[in-house]
Amino acid sequence: MKIRDHSELFKQQDYKEQFERKKEFENCWPVEKVQEISEWTKTEEYKELNFKRENIKINPAKACQPLGAVFCASGFEGSMPFVQGAQGCVAYFRSHLSRHFKEPFAAISTSMTEDAAVFGGLNNMLEGLENTYALYKPKMIAVSTTCMAEVIGDDLNAYIKTAKEKGVVPQDLLIPFANTPSFVGSHIVGYDNMMRGILKALSAGKKGESNGKINIIPGFDTYTGNYHEIKRLLALMGIEATVLADVSDTFDSPNTGEYKLYPGGTSLPDATDGVNALATVALQKYSTVKTMDYIQKEWNQKTLTLSPIGIRNTDAFFAELSKLTGKPVPAAIEAERGRVVDAMVDSHPYVHGKRFALVGDPDILLGMMSLIMEMGGEPVHVVCTNGDKHFEAEANELLASSPFGANGKVYAGKDMWHLRSLLFTDPVDVLIGNSYAKFLTQDTGTPLVRIGFPLFDRHHLHRRPIIGYQGALNLVTMLVNTVLDELDRKTEGSASFDVIR
Amino acid sequence: MSSTIKETQKMIEEVLAAYPEKSKKERAKHLAANDPTGQCSTCQVKSNVKSRPGVMTVRGCAYAGAKGVVWGPVKDQITISHGPIGCGQYSWWSRRNYYNGRTGIDAFGAMHITTDFQEKNIVYGGDKGLDLAIKELHGLFPLGRGIGILSECPVGLIGDDIEAVSKRVAKELNIPIVPVRCEGFRGVSQSLGHHIANDTIKDYVLGKGTLEKTTPYDVNLIGDYNIGGDAWASRKILEEMGLRVIAQYTGDSTINEIGIATKAKLNLIHCYRSMNYICRHMEEAYNIPWMEFNFFGPTKTFDSIRKIAAKFDEKIQKNAEAVIAKYTPLMEKVVEQFRPKLEGKKVMLYVGGLRPRHTIGAYEDLGMEVVASGYEFGHNDDYKRTYPDMKEGAVIMDDATLYELEEFTRRLKPDMVGSGIKEKYSYHKLGVPFRQMHSWDYSGPYHGFDGFPVFARDMDMTVNSPTWSLIRRKK
Repeated sequence: MKIRDHSELFKQQDYKEQFERKKEFENCWPVEKVQEISEWTKTEEYKELNFKRENIKINPAKACQPLGAVFCASGFEGSMPFVQGAQGCVAYFRSHLSRHFKEPFAAISTSMTEDAAVFGGLNNMLEGLENTYALYKPKMIAVSTTCMAEVIGDDLNAYIKTAKEKGVVPQDLLIPFANTPSFVGSHIVGYDNMMRGILKALSAGKKGESNGKINIIPGFDTYTGNYHEIKRLLALMGIEATVLADVSDTFDSPNTGEYKLYPGGTSLPDATDGVNALATVALQKYSTVKTMDYIQKEWNQKTLTLSPIGIRNTDAFFAELSKLTGKPVPAAIEAERGRVVDAMVDSHPYVHGKRFALVGDPDILLGMMSLIMEMGGEPVHVVCTNGDKHFEAEANELLASSPFGANGKVYAGKDMWHLRSLLFTDPVDVLIGNSYAKFLTQDTGTPLVRIGFPLFDRHHLHRRPIIGYQGALNLVTMLVNTVLDELDRKTEGSASFDVIR
Repeated sequence: MSSTIKETQKMIEEVLAAYPEKSKKERAKHLAANDPTGQCSTCQVKSNVKSRPGVMTVRGCAYAGAKGVVWGPVKDQITISHGPIGCGQYSWWSRRNYYNGRTGIDAFGAMHITTDFQEKNIVYGGDKGLDLAIKELHGLFPLGRGIGILSECPVGLIGDDIEAVSKRVAKELNIPIVPVRCEGFRGVSQSLGHHIANDTIKDYVLGKGTLEKTTPYDVNLIGDYNIGGDAWASRKILEEMGLRVIAQYTGDSTINEIGIATKAKLNLIHCYRSMNYICRHMEEAYNIPWMEFNFFGPTKTFDSIRKIAAKFDEKIQKNAEAVIAKYTPLMEKVVEQFRPKLEGKKVMLYVGGLRPRHTIGAYEDLGMEVVASGYEFGHNDDYKRTYPDMKEGAVIMDDATLYELEEFTRRLKPDMVGSGIKEKYSYHKLGVPFRQMHSWDYSGPYHGFDGFPVFARDMDMTVNSPTWSLIRRKK
């Protein structure tokens, strides 16, 4: 028998009639009124009203600090992310990350309630650490905070000290911490704070002889493919490196019929020895600001921020890495470059002059803008809800560096409802954003290339790298084929429905 | 005490052995071997109390219950997540409360609207900008019939007076502005959020809608959030019985529907946990009786149809029999197709709301047996309704932890597990067939006669997917 689920069932006549009958009770607006308002939202007048708002965000593209913190904490061997505060937050972080990666994600809450609001969260922290240690046997418990703990002013340092003094956990258990108030910054700042907290705890008193290695800090990078890719590239160059917060196994572990609570992560000895590396390279800037500052000042290391998205960014990455280590870029990598450039030359007619709108995290946006302009595409609307003035300046500088950036405008602090207005008043050919941007596609018809976080409604995109030359090829493939899919849709039933493009 | 109960109790003790003493003592009260007769005194679980810190509870918070469950689905209400950015982001269109309407024009379900608190809001208060935020929203979304202010943790901690703001602005804009005090630290789970949200329905909307005429057959469909279209499938049956559903609470609902519910003759409640409060209120204040029903699987659905019809006249009772007669062959066909592939399979459930007990019958229709079941945020009255539906010695779990779920799975060896997104992928790693039983794994509906074929198909693909056999286990 033919089984119809929601995707077909509710298109049936009996349901259409049911929906009509239901309107009697709904007090819904007349169809004409809905149509009128719908048209009005597409106007310049509406856009102005929309851009005037200062007190409300509508469909913003950012999450809160502790999400970034638990993500970072999960990238170390045997490390349990542990969040001091109300418990709903952790339920949300776990759900959110699982929906993107299609992987389990373990994190602990101290389940603070009204009594903790009055008396403080010390008891929650003590029992929380005791239970976590007994049940889940972590090698490290990485503590961050929800806004509740921040508002009432819980003293993490003192609480953790008390826990060790009282013997609820062993004295030598690693318990790094970071304050991660959700009313400051976004998930990328939470990542930064937790990373600094962990490195601080791990490196205390460990400064010694240089180990000659390079540290790599990927930042809030939700592409597991990128982690595999950076390790492959560094191995090709013969560079010994430690990826700090290596979440690739956490979020992409093989199915062996066994559930591992701690499937991988940066080994603790390696992470601890990070303080003795030659230099630290961050692959994102805006999610590593405080960490890199700390490393430079406290570890006295050379620090570089090189985000290898797009050709020139990847060129710079290898050039700097080569300079840093004295190792040449091997022919194999040069050949990869040649292949992707060849692909870009082949595909350029479909991207040249195409107008793009982009929404996402700062570092991804900068990389994508760069790549698009390298192909002759034009970034027109660049929306970064969690972008600050530094990002705005850097993005504007990037636009100014290319004739293809001439029509571009950067909107820091704006959201996807702002972008909706822009897409109506100043349409583009292609939209780049996360899964929630699909509502913009629904409203404006702009085809969407899903890049960023979260990606809930397509599978496995995060498994393919978007960094390095191979990553550039993956991005180019997505971009050009989205343009071609759209071209097919637009030319269906006409002579232009070409079979060779 | 029977031997099956003793065996299960022994297993529970083994699982509990890993806990530190204090937590072991606490958790022991929440795990039991089932006694359907209710005679065994040690077989009753304790519930609706605080989760232990650090155990990895699956539970959420009051905000999740109020925004995610009750108010979020009301489609012409503009729901503000009032506070920092995260809560609204993580609950953005994740419950699949389907609705008809134009998002951003006359419906607002699939949107994330937030005051996005910054440090200055914590220091100087968040209510200053709130009235401006409401006015900005009203300007951009003039077809919104109401605005809800769903409080996140800091609002209650810094002592903002959102009620005063609501009152003032509601008068000015002439639409209901509903302040909901559902800060996540209140209570012990989502459950208090449901209750708080029910109370705000009572205080701000109930009794205020317009309905031109009433009939003797007017009912409300309560506690159905239209996940994957569930409420529509249920409504179809009620309408075929000759009843007139004047309000859905709250899947695909509107402010007007919420308002006119007091004009119904009977409240039909599916999810008792999240909406019994408003039923009890309408019973006391408006003399409207209420009854629970179950539209999962043909056996329970037929039974419920007859029980509902018994509250009405002969005409409805005749219609009810006609509906049952009409759908019986179809249901038999579904069972015929899927039961041979599912017969004897063991199911473990750990979910919320009504599902830990309401889906048991549907599994049984397919020849499957639920060997363990538990509630994230159930109360005593939920468990009392569950014991008789489960076999003797089955495991009953309240507020189970990741550790317990894994241990029970190892010991009970279920053929499939039904739970949530946080549990899903650890089961995939274990190679245990798994179905999300909150969101129907993005499928549905599962309610009613249109839902059961989908339910049966989905359970079959879960249990019998060839992918499970590809997993190469380490020896």
